[in-house]
Amino acid sequence: MSVGTPRGLASSGQKPIAEILHPLSSAAEPLSVSVTVNLGGDKTTRVEFDLPEYCVRRRYQDFDWLRIKLEDSQPTHLIPPLPEKFVMKGVVDRFSEEFVETRMKALDKFLKRIADHPVLSFNPHLNSFLTAKDLNKRQGLALLTKVGESVKYVAGGYKLRARPAEFCAMGEYLDTFNQKLGTIDRIAQRILKEQSEYLTELREYGTVYSSWVGLEDELRRPLEGVAGCVTTCCGALEDLGENMSQDFLPVLREYVLYVESMKNVLRKRDQSQAEYEARLEAAILRKQEDRTPMPVEVEKCQDKVECFNADLKADWERWQSNKRQDFKQLLTGMADKNINHYEKCQAAWESLITLLQDKQTEDKSSETN
Amino acid sequence: MMMADSGSNEEVAVIVNTDITSTESENNLINTMVERGTALLRKMEINVAEAEKRTGKNTVNMQETYTVYLIEIRPAETVPEGGTPATPDTLWRRYSEFELLRTYLLVTYPYIIIPPLPEKRAEFVWHKLAADNLDPDFVERRRVGLENFLLRVASHPVLSNDKIFFLFLTEEKGWREAVLETGFQDKVDSRLKSLSAMFRVKNPDKRFTALKHYSDELNTVISQLLRVRAKVADRLYGVYKVHGNYGRVFSEWSAIEKEMGDGLQSAGHHMDTYAASIDDILEEEEHYADQLKEYLFYTDAVRSVCRKHELIQYELEMVAQDLVHKKQQKEELATGTVRIFSLKGMTSKLFGQESQEQRESRLAALEQSIQEGEETLKEKNTECGEFVQTAWEDIERFKEQKDKDLREALISYAIMQISMCKKGIQVWSNAKECFNKI
Repeated sequence: MSVGTPRGLASSGQKPIAEILHPLSSAAEPLSVSVTVNLGGDKTTRVEFDLPEYCVRRRYQDFDWLRIKLEDSQPTHLIPPLPEKFVMKGVVDRFSEEFVETRMKALDKFLKRIADHPVLSFNPHLNSFLTAKDLNKRQGLALLTKVGESVKYVAGGYKLRARPAEFCAMGEYLDTFNQKLGTIDRIAQRILKEQSEYLTELREYGTVYSSWVGLEDELRRPLEGVAGCVTTCCGALEDLGENMSQDFLPVLREYVLYVESMKNVLRKRDQSQAEYEARLEAAILRKQEDRTPMPVEVEKCQDKVECFNADLKADWERWQSNKRQDFKQLLTGMADKNINHYEKCQAAWESLITLLQDKQTEDKSSETN
Repeated sequence: MMMADSGSNEEVAVIVNTDITSTESENNLINTMVERGTALLRKMEINVAEAEKRTGKNTVNMQETYTVYLIEIRPAETVPEGGTPATPDTLWRRYSEFELLRTYLLVTYPYIIIPPLPEKRAEFVWHKLAADNLDPDFVERRRVGLENFLLRVASHPVLSNDKIFFLFLTEEKGWREAVLETGFQDKVDSRLKSLSAMFRVKNPDKRFTALKHYSDELNTVISQLLRVRAKVADRLYGVYKVHGNYGRVFSEWSAIEKEMGDGLQSAGHHMDTYAASIDDILEEEEHYADQLKEYLFYTDAVRSVCRKHELIQYELEMVAQDLVHKKQQKEELATGTVRIFSLKGMTSKLFGQESQEQRESRLAALEQSIQEGEETLKEKNTECGEFVQTAWEDIERFKEQKDKDLREALISYAIMQISMCKKGIQVWSNAKECFNKI
């Protein structure tokens, strides 16, 4: 089971890294995937990779480790989200084919987005993740770090003087966008439900035609034909539903997580600005009191904020652009699936008509003979 | 109609008549009936052109609202080039008058499968709206059904020659009296008897038994079909309408987007179109349901012919049995042996023999009775034989008609489905184009 063909992703002139994820698991242990790294062609620009190809085994928690490491080491950058860590055991079958497939696609996307990022793709943690046989991760510490960060966010009662307008706009956009994503998700789910109920009735409908067949002579073929068409339409509808729940909804939901990640980065930026403003204020007061020069830390802080702003703006543009591509693909995909569904149904009914009209001309000619 | 370009350049097989609408399909049916060319239809064209609401006082002097239907009769000759078509003769009829006509036909031609009327009240309804008798859509479909009924009768080799039917089409005022004058009401009672009576026929005619069985099964299966179809329609309605919500959310979303805005907005419009398209689609499907309903009601007519035959058969058997009984009585009386219990015989045994005179008068009476009985038996036999012959002629005709009509109905249903698919492809292709622009 592979997720799509290996594609070299060129990203702003860097050398492409392609990953193929394969699931390797037995029912006894949780899902583990095989990550294949293929450095296309000339590897001299990616000197940090010794070999042209790597194949490693990773579990979900390894991906989580990577994400945490990236967030810590690149706090000013937007790290793509992972699929939900915890799934309710009763509700979702974690070993079902669909779940595994969906998860793999999300993990694949996660890695591709990182590989695509001009800064993140050079991160040493990514290198370890892709090459090391055994990830020497100190899980406990990572967990603590994550906890530590979140505590910081929660406890940080920072007050900003003035958030620059562009970041305000970003925040507002994200809130509204999030809302719309939620609405679309609900609509899609509702459609799935209605379609499923329609399918149930449609199946019974086909059965009734089949039962009618037994009563008739001349009408046998037309009735069988209609029953057959209805069955075909049921199959087509099933495919459509499967597609929506396996391809459409997961991508939609993943974007909600992506929005959350983006919001987090905006918060971190706010926080670093708040920190700078606090220090600046303190420094100014001290300056007024005893004429000490502006401490270096304050200047460093200011640099930090400016870097952060620049990184964030760059990431935002990239995110917007990716979002546009992703949704274009998602929505055209949805349209395509619907078109396919109707094409299948139409073909079935048309072949029935040909069949019945042939018979009619047959009958008519035998009548006149 | 434009087909979505799937990118393939293969030759597509030419499908004949898939763009035919349901009105055209209905006209095909009418043309078929007219083609059958009864004398009546060679003379005139029949239409139920309009429906109107009237209020008036009914038999118990209370105000009521009812609908009347306009019947138009035109001479069937072709109109010369540039000439104006002749103005039709018209008259107005209520549904209850149609019912009276049909009852008259049922009673007068018990060996004929009488075409059914459209339903009195809307059944198998998929949408709560259409359940009202005064709802314009229901009235319209009823108008079509009544026209269909008249054409069925007018194209029938036997029924089309009926005088009362002719008067129904031509005499607005005196028609009711004319029907009552035929005295058909007396026969109504025996008709009801035949339909509801519980009697056992000793030697049932296998063909009629099979036909009744088939008719009952057909009734069951068509009822089921109509019921499930209504549920399917309901569900499909739901699916389409929810897509309308996409229209709204895409529009809202487009407001916060720069490059994506236009594409999303226009895609949203197409989703609205998609959601709205289901109304027409399902309205057209009602026509298919009506065709099924006609045959559902036809099964009742078939059943009543079978039952009438049973009654005749039963009466024949009773007459025959009675005759046998009488003959045996005569034999006993003549030979003096008592094989069959009779009260007279018993009392004679107990209380002494009757006189020779009494015996002879009794024998004479029996002879008379037997002769009459034989006459009756001959009549009944003839009646039965004629009934069977005429009934089976009509049954064969009906079977052919049924096979042809239902086949046409299935074809037109398939055509409707194709049309629905084409519309779906069109809308989603349009939406896809818009998505491609985001």
